[in-house]
Amino acid sequence: MKSKKQAIISKMKTLYDKLWEDHVVHTESSDPDGMVILYIDRHLVHEVTSPQAFEGLKMAGRRPWRSSSVLAVADHNVPTTDRSLGISDPVSRLQVETLDRNCEELAITEFKMNDKRQGIVHVIGPEQGATLPGMTVVCGDSHTSTHGAFACLAFGIGTSEVEHVLATQCLLTKKSKAMRVEVDGVLLPGVTAKDIALAVIGAIGTAGGTGYAIEFSGSAIRALSMEGRMTLCNMAIEAGARAGMIGVDEVTIDYLKNRPFSPKGADWDRAVAYWRTLNSDPGAVFARTVELDASQIRPQVTWGTSPEMVTAIDGRVPDPAQCADPVKRKDIEHALDYMGLLPDMPIEDIHIDKVFIGSCTNSRIEDLREAAQVVKGRHVAPNVKLALVVPGSGLVKAMAEQEGLDKIFLEAGFEWREPGCSMCLAMNDDRLMPGERCASTSNRNFEGRQGPGGRTHLVSPAMAAAAAVSGHFVDVRAFPRQ
Amino acid sequence: MKKFERCHGLVVPLDRANVDTDAIIPKQFLKSIKRSGFGQNLFDEWRFLDHGEPGMDASQRQINPDFILNQARYQGAQILVARDNFGCGSSREHAPWALQDYGFVAIIAPSFADIFFNNCFKIGLLPIVLEAAVVDKLIQDTIATNGYRLLIDLAAQTVTAASNDVYPFEIDPFRKHCLLNGLDEIGLTLQHADKIRQFEENRRQQQPWLFT
Ligand code: SF4
Repeated sequence: MKSKKQAIISKMKTLYDKLWEDHVVHTESSDPDGMVILYIDRHLVHEVTSPQAFEGLKMAGRRPWRSSSVLAVADHNVPTTDRSLGISDPVSRLQVETLDRNCEELAITEFKMNDKRQGIVHVIGPEQGATLPGMTVVCGDSHTSTHGAFACLAFGIGTSEVEHVLATQCLLTKKSKAMRVEVDGVLLPGVTAKDIALAVIGAIGTAGGTGYAIEFSGSAIRALSMEGRMTLCNMAIEAGARAGMIGVDEVTIDYLKNRPFSPKGADWDRAVAYWRTLNSDPGAVFARTVELDASQIRPQVTWGTSPEMVTAIDGRVPDPAQCADPVKRKDIEHALDYMGLLPDMPIEDIHIDKVFIGSCTNSRIEDLREAAQVVKGRHVAPNVKLALVVPGSGLVKAMAEQEGLDKIFLEAGFEWREPGCSMCLAMNDDRLMPGERCASTSNRNFEGRQGPGGRTHLVSPAMAAAAAVSGHFVDVRAFPRQ
Repeated sequence: MKKFERCHGLVVPLDRANVDTDAIIPKQFLKSIKRSGFGQNLFDEWRFLDHGEPGMDASQRQINPDFILNQARYQGAQILVARDNFGCGSSREHAPWALQDYGFVAIIAPSFADIFFNNCFKIGLLPIVLEAAVVDKLIQDTIATNGYRLLIDLAAQTVTAASNDVYPFEIDPFRKHCLLNGLDEIGLTLQHADKIRQFEENRRQQQPWLFT
């Protein structure tokens, strides 16, 4: 028989438990951890992972179960330069046109390329209030974890699943284990959510979160803005976790007020009352807990070809000869070779060719403000061939322009572009040439990610800005802000 | 979905950890709106010395002779063995599509990234998790033995080597059932359409703001 204490503990639920249980339509087996049919509230769609799903749907003679749950946008392939002439690459153009056509035929809301609300799918969902606490949110995109910042269960799916959700409003899926990443203390000035994300990945590895849904908690997380929380949850997938999430508090509720898709009037009050329950119960049990001291986190820079290959700005590139594990040693050797770096060289000695400030990780207004503060009154270093700022959405761009950030960047020698994924994955014309080295605020430093042979170093917006004006990585904390 | 029952296939070892989806199928090939034809660009940046773009004639490409998939002894391989965290990175189903289109029917590794793992089942490509030490042995044996094959039996949940060593593996019973029978998951879910409708109606009552 269970003791009373055990019985109480078992009733204590994690945020993940609550979100999961609230969406289970049907259980396929007697195993509580087996496959279930999970209801999906919000389905975000972009042009790259959806055409085959729409085609499959049509070929099977099926219609979307609930078109109004879908919000679509083209972001990966769109040019970030003048859009008046459309997309010049015919293959990219066809993919975007295919999305337009599918959305028109099936009465799906889409923000087209020239709509002011267009932008990166993971920026526009929250910006519109289309991502709300308590929802299940899916998208054919791994960085869907971003939306978990709003206490929703949000994760990326493949194209077959996109079709499945379109046809049934549900997914066949299994529950993950719950992990808590607790970050307490106060961040040092110049240290951001991006640095927390990279430090977490450095600590647990890119597979550390595999099989888990991560909840971020602790005083340092509570102190983050919604933008910072999105940055952190965005990178949960880089730690291997399909979902990242953060419980509801005033910051969440304030952000959502008066967004176009947010509830209004009496519904708003009802919703807020419910949302406030979306936190882990005290004493809820996690399969794994990781603790970090916020005050120990320094600005992070990746040196390799996986986000876990990361160190602090005052650190050094590792020496593979010092690595005891033969598999790891080979990985390091391979990465240094690809990245063109020498063992044991100081991170600050790494010179860069290009700078990219953008992506669903760091293209929101707060990111642009932070970068602008560093750049203001300075100029891009002569060895930096291209420094790009690509706002996450048309609305972010407009807001930044209202604040005069565009002028700060332009005067400093940056280019100020139209919203989209851009050089995060280089599906459009924004890319690195072989051997070029980039300070990038994106989320993946895989080989070829920003262009074949390109070398990516992941950093925060402030660190990217500091590198841009210095020509090499420097500690942003040494920069007096203007 | 493709059915999977048994496979007695030639094995190729990819002795790397963290093989990411950008490496499995680089992004320039994701512009296609089709579901097939990705096999010719599987591991494009490793397999070829020249830069690949969609629509290039594969027979005119510069092959990288050092890449393991290009070695004569591994032509026709159906089983790929790799290290930890295979398929990390993006959610692109193009990665399993490319592996399947190339001719692979199963991938063996000590661990897989979640989304990739899940995507494989949706198309009938079998990801098998075996212990790191076993994978290490399989990689060594494959390199040491020309024409090294493994027998995968899904019903029995075993991988059998020529030495008669048998390695059992775990698989979710529902996924196994779907794979063995090549079932259409959408059709299966739609058998519960009434239940979904009922659930949705309750939800609409409780949280009407989700439905505006
Ligand atoms: S910005 Fe980059 S990571 Fe984000 S959705 Fe676009 S391509 Fe993916």
